[in-house]
Amino acid sequence: MPEKTAKRKVHLQSSPQALDESRQWLLSKLKEYKYCEDDVFAVHLALEEAFFNAVKHGNKMNYDNEINVDFTVAPDKVEIIMTDSGEGFNPDSIPDCRVGENLYKTDGRGIFLIRCYMDVVEFNEKGNSIHMIRHHRKPTNSAESKSAID
Amino acid sequence: MAEQNTRLEVEYGPQADIVTLTDEKILEDKDIRELEQQMQSVIEQSSIKKIVLDFSRVKFMSSAVLGLLIKISRRVYEQDGNLALCGISPKIYEIFKITRLTKIFDIYKDVDSAIEELTERQ
Repeated sequence: MPEKTAKRKVHLQSSPQALDESRQWLLSKLKEYKYCEDDVFAVHLALEEAFFNAVKHGNKMNYDNEINVDFTVAPDKVEIIMTDSGEGFNPDSIPDCRVGENLYKTDGRGIFLIRCYMDVVEFNEKGNSIHMIRHHRKPTNSAESKSAID
Repeated sequence: MAEQNTRLEVEYGPQADIVTLTDEKILEDKDIRELEQQMQSVIEQSSIKKIVLDFSRVKFMSSAVLGLLIKISRRVYEQDGNLALCGISPKIYEIFKITRLTKIFDIYKDVDSAIEELTERQ
């Protein structure tokens, strides 16, 4: 396993394809640093959910609005800071997607999933930047259960 | 009778119509819109409105797919049909579980057990 920290800083346009190269880089680094399958799945999911939110809600699908992403992959943790060009939002204003009528809504689960799968999730004051950390070799994540279907 | 298109394989059967998602990863808005259109077509063509959605080839998906499934299930139930999900990998099942969508979807281990359950409801 590499001892050094791998870093990557990118400025992406607001299109789904813009993430392709960085996603590939991140997943290959996680493999190189021997992160387990659960870690890889969790970080990949958090990356996709954060990027989708940045493109759709932050930058309102405006192709020219940039999304800045800082990746850090270390032997002990992976860290992503993603900042969109939008006006920001209050993360505490998002209703619990698991309760009442929210359960039947077709959106509103992205931030919840990021919080479940990452160990640290913080937003800047403006609400247009998310900072996420997942530690390496975490035995179980914060999800309620890891059990499969019987 | 088997029918194949880009994102779905559909087998219309006497007990249930089996729809297999063919993508390993379902992430992008465009893919999800295409899936929605193709699923709508399947629902319209289904004569018995008992649909089994097989996830066995899907290894990764975003939460946008959950939204799509909720839309699909509404359309099926509006026509007094039944929808069953199956073949979901443990990691993806975990997403259903932590979002509590296991409460609103009927999820089975495989196609056979899903068909068996749908058949019993006749």
